[in-house]
Amino acid sequence: IRLFRNTQTCFSRTSCTDLFGYVGIEAVLDQMRRKTMKVGLEFNIMVVGQSGLGKSTLVNTLFKSKVSRKSCTPNCEEKISKTVKLHSVSHVIEEKGMKMKLTVIDTPGFGDQINNENCWEPIVKHINEQYEKYLREELHINRKRRIPDSRVHCCIYFLPATGHRLRPIDVEFMKRVGKIVSIVPVIAKADTLTIEERQEFKERIRQDLAANGIRVYPQKEYDDDPEERILNDRIRESIPFAVVGTDKEHQVNGNKVLGRKTKWGIIEVENVAHCEFANLRDLLIRSHLQDLKDVTHNIHYETYRVRRLNESNMNFSELGLSARPLENGTADTSESESHL
Amino acid sequence: MSTGEVLVSKADGNGGIMALQKNLEGYVGFANLPNQVYRKSVKRGFEFTLMVVGESGLGKSTLINSLFLTDLYSPEYPGPSHRIKKTVQVEQSKVLVKEGGVHLLLTIVDTPGFGDAVDNSNCWQPVIDYIDSKFEDYLNAESRVNRRLMPDSRVQCCLYFIAPSGHGLKPLDIEFMKRLHEKVNIIPLIAKADTMTPEECQQFKKQIMKEIQEHKIKIYEFPETDDEEEMKMVRKIKDRLPLAVVGSNTIIEVNGKRVRGRQYPWGVAEVENGEHCDFTILRNMLIRTHMQDLKDVTNNVHYENYRSRKLAAVNYNGVDNNKNKGQLTKSPLAQMDEERRDHVSKMKKMEQEMEQVFEMKVKEKLQKLRDSEVELQRRHEQMKKNLEAQHRELEEKRRHHEEEKASWEAQQRILEQQKLDASRTLEKNKKKKIF
Repeated sequence: IRLFRNTQTCFSRTSCTDLFGYVGIEAVLDQMRRKTMKVGLEFNIMVVGQSGLGKSTLVNTLFKSKVSRKSCTPNCEEKISKTVKLHSVSHVIEEKGMKMKLTVIDTPGFGDQINNENCWEPIVKHINEQYEKYLREELHINRKRRIPDSRVHCCIYFLPATGHRLRPIDVEFMKRVGKIVSIVPVIAKADTLTIEERQEFKERIRQDLAANGIRVYPQKEYDDDPEERILNDRIRESIPFAVVGTDKEHQVNGNKVLGRKTKWGIIEVENVAHCEFANLRDLLIRSHLQDLKDVTHNIHYETYRVRRLNESNMNFSELGLSARPLENGTADTSESESHL
Repeated sequence: MSTGEVLVSKADGNGGIMALQKNLEGYVGFANLPNQVYRKSVKRGFEFTLMVVGESGLGKSTLINSLFLTDLYSPEYPGPSHRIKKTVQVEQSKVLVKEGGVHLLLTIVDTPGFGDAVDNSNCWQPVIDYIDSKFEDYLNAESRVNRRLMPDSRVQCCLYFIAPSGHGLKPLDIEFMKRLHEKVNIIPLIAKADTMTPEECQQFKKQIMKEIQEHKIKIYEFPETDDEEEMKMVRKIKDRLPLAVVGSNTIIEVNGKRVRGRQYPWGVAEVENGEHCDFTILRNMLIRTHMQDLKDVTNNVHYENYRSRKLAAVNYNGVDNNKNKGQLTKSPLAQMDEERRDHVSKMKKMEQEMEQVFEMKVKEKLQKLRDSEVELQRRHEQMKKNLEAQHRELEEKRRHHEEEKASWEAQQRILEQQKLDASRTLEKNKKKKIF
């Protein structure tokens, strides 16, 4: 066990010291694991896109259960709603003793009308409302032990597979929402595109994203160390992921696989040669789930908090906070604790 | 030598003239008429105008290329997909295709930018305006006195591309089709049909047809024929509406055969395979069997609708001489009389107008002249005044001068007198002194 040099604090100098016996510090990992399993995990994911792009199917496929809005509402009529409504569905799913409270926020009606001006406003409002709720809870004098976290951790934006480039509505949405939440763009119904078309499309999308200054998850600025940067660079080279979703199973070479059966072949959803669903699932669930939550809590939520607290300067005395100058957008939460 | 065929006569109108059937005793030869028509049309060539409408990225250009097996949009002349559009444009490209001695002048009207913006209200307006303008051109050409060369650029068919969402029609689709079904033959197509499995496709088609009937949209209807074979084919097409198409011009090897299709890692979607998509049905219908019918419906139904609406609203004033006329329900002679009267009255009016204009101009000129006269007069008076003033001044100077002179002379005389006096007194004094 080595204690690494902490170069950021300037109060104490820590140096590497070797231990001459087994102390048992690594057992803290076990303790953390047990605690996490007991407490459980909360994850809120939002899916945005025009109707008919396969959002609900993809969410069902990601979590291998019927968690989407369509599977939950009994009256499943596919009428296009006149305004953008947000629809949240929560489920508790369990795997190997690990409980996860998953909330899927669907946005039917987005981009479906003839005039789609400001169709992103209800979404931005909802995201900010969740931050506000958490902020209020945090500022209470007697806080709950575990503040219920309803903030949106990840927003999956579905791009239609036109094969050309980003549309004006895509650019507008991602510009506005990319500032307040982590966006993961995906190419929906990717079985429309051949492999060359897919590569060209992705290249053009990446150019458009860079040209418009849209930062999607994983953001380059928040890479902590070179290892993470290498890993994230590889991910950044292949976004947006081209995904296909389904909940039907078929037989291929004697195995049961999730796939879509057409007259000219079966598209295997979990086969990386066919589509990039497995990459998306690994990113969202297997490798970056905690990172998504951390980015939301440390960066997006803190940005919101700073903005709000600066706005409500007159209420400072009520809340018992002093106006501290805050550097680089991160507030020192321990300070607010001491004041309350 | 064949005897004449027995025809079932249906004529019971036309002023009560009944067409009786007659058997021919020999071979007359008018059975050769279709051949003559055929040869003439082949020499003249055919024209066809096709419009494609749909959001960008639905494969319209690829489908056109596949339908006519030519590269309408080639690397030297890139299609709308490679150019970003800010507003809806209507572009037309002409291509002349030849096959078996038959010429077809094909005009493809494309609508890039349709449905792409954030706010798509009235994105159908440029399309409606284009179609109306083509009808208007034809109406003008038809009403001309000399109509030997009458180019027909009316839109005969509109292929509307529906995005394969799997749910139903979008509000934009419904709005567009509702506004255009009275102006042009609309054939709805499901684009990029290789996105869907066969079950999803069936479901989607049913949903679309239900919505089309709900909103009372009149898409192109295939005509009923007497021929049993053709009816079977037509019924088969009707069952599969709207047609789900896939377009491609790349050739792929499948089981030793060279087919046109799209290569995926999981298989090849063949364009011309009836089980994979409805492309062959579309092509046969559009080109091989129903092209003439589309043109006829455009001419007889949509164009006539436009014409009656337009002519019922037209009035006589302010219309050009050689173009639109009044009601054509009168006989040609009466119409020509009316035309002549029109013409004469218009000439009179023009004459009057010109006279008025002339008078006005004359008045203006007179006024100007009078003004300048007055101005000159004034200046003349001014100058005279100036001159007089100068004259007076000079007079004054002269008087002054004379006065001066007179006074000076007086002074001189006084001086002389004084001198004389002085000399006299001197003499007197001298005389006195001497005594």
